[in-house]
Amino acid sequence: MTNTIHRFIQDGEYIVLDVNSGGVHVVDEIVYDLIGELEPPLSEKMPAGIPEKLPKYSAEELKECYDEIYSLYSDGILFSTDEYRKYAELSVKAPIKAMCLHVSHDCDLRCKYCFASTGDFGTGRKIMTPETGRKAIDFLIEKSYGRENLELDFFGGEPLMAWETIKATVDYARSVEKQYNKNFRFTVTTNGMLLNDEKIEYINREMSNCVLSLDGRKEVNDNIRVTRSGKGCYDIIVPKYRQLVESRVNPGRTDYYVRGTFTKYNLDFVEDVLHIAELGFDQLSVEPVTAPSDAPYAITEEDLPEIFAQYDRLYRIMAEHVEKTGKKPFNFFHYMIDLNQGPCAVKRLRGCGCGNEYVAVTPDGDIYPCHQFVGIDEWKMGNIYQGNVDADIANYFAKTHIYSKEGCPDCWARFYCSGGCNANGFIYEGDVRKPHKIQCALMKKRLECGIALGVKVSEASGGEAAETAVPYSGR
Amino acid sequence: MKHIRTINKANLKKTAEKGGCGKCQTSCQSACKTSCTIANQQCEANK
Ligand code: SF4
Ligand code: SF4
Repeated sequence: MTNTIHRFIQDGEYIVLDVNSGGVHVVDEIVYDLIGELEPPLSEKMPAGIPEKLPKYSAEELKECYDEIYSLYSDGILFSTDEYRKYAELSVKAPIKAMCLHVSHDCDLRCKYCFASTGDFGTGRKIMTPETGRKAIDFLIEKSYGRENLELDFFGGEPLMAWETIKATVDYARSVEKQYNKNFRFTVTTNGMLLNDEKIEYINREMSNCVLSLDGRKEVNDNIRVTRSGKGCYDIIVPKYRQLVESRVNPGRTDYYVRGTFTKYNLDFVEDVLHIAELGFDQLSVEPVTAPSDAPYAITEEDLPEIFAQYDRLYRIMAEHVEKTGKKPFNFFHYMIDLNQGPCAVKRLRGCGCGNEYVAVTPDGDIYPCHQFVGIDEWKMGNIYQGNVDADIANYFAKTHIYSKEGCPDCWARFYCSGGCNANGFIYEGDVRKPHKIQCALMKKRLECGIALGVKVSEASGGEAAETAVPYSGR
Repeated sequence: MKHIRTINKANLKKTAEKGGCGKCQTSCQSACKTSCTIANQQCEANK
């Protein structure tokens, strides 16, 4: 059953998702219960025995509901079938179109949960040279045959420690993109410490998105995100983020995220989401930490009920705001689901594109499937100076999709989650194709909230995506 | 309909026929870098 429809109740609203068509239906309690008793294929007449199974309702009511269900079934938007396997089976390795450029394997903070081992990924502190940055551009242009839009994220460690390399790389790409018929989109993920007027001006001119790390409330942030001397960074970075976001007005350059991580230490992370919103930011992403399960701050299975309650609380806050004002109070990355114009079905089969369309490149020019595989020897795919990319690894990732990952073919969330994070599978379960159970549970919870919020937004705005109301002052 | 409100156009099947053009963003890049929620990506072919 799980692989054709998913029924859930969010805050008293009965919602049915038709998994394979993407249809979302709000139903009443009778339909909700009735759908739970049905198995496709449906026939025009209600199956015998249903009124006995649902004695709460009259046979007449049930028949009326069944007719509505059958009509949606006939339209292909309820109990529809999964017809996408053939697209997955045809999949072969694709041109590389996105790169995570690790310009710095060094960091000026010592965040206690860093998956990059405080910035150096276990490979020693290094800054990429401008020459290697330019070489990465040549490499990406060469390997992206046929693709016009190319993405490059400056990452680290702390990328702003390699400022000269960032500028050299961007300037070089801009000088050649027209000639090769490419359109570069740059993004940067920073801890904010080195932001100043010059860098803010440059980022707001050149980068189509920037991700600004902040964990929320001062005490939460400063407990984890500390300088080498152990001092919290909140007071240094918040004013800089404000300055950056306030001046982020150039066309095509308005996107940003203030991005936090929550851990076992702040399971009440909705407080942190609201805190960031109250600082005046409206594009937020606050996510569970990626950590070995024996780390004291790691999220473990027993934390799930509390986290689910927090996600419900966040849903309620956002939904009430939509009901009252017609606008979302802010965007929360994991609840952003466009029910009408999301990505095509083909894209949904494989998600992140890691090791195939997307690679990470280290300061020495080594290539890995993505930033979370960096430093794991068996996943090294080549080096941009040699120009080689391991075709076996790329093909392996091309063939890693929702029909080849354990549990995904039967999971209702498959076209929203796309099989989850390959790196997490490898790191936690020892196998890229085994999704990490805790991540799956969190993903499904967030999707329910996101879909339910999508319903609210669509009902409040007649189908248009609601804007956010800035600044948030909902409390 | 009295008992059911359908919220969206539910067109995933149609998108499969024309899909896979590769113009859109790569998922993990956009905000989080630790997970992949594909459904919040936008299709760029229709822009
Ligand atoms: S990774 Fe988990 S949540 Fe995602 S589709 Fe697979 S089983 Fe479902
Ligand atoms: S494997 Fe995980 S971390 Fe790497 S690109 Fe994919 S979703 Fe992101």
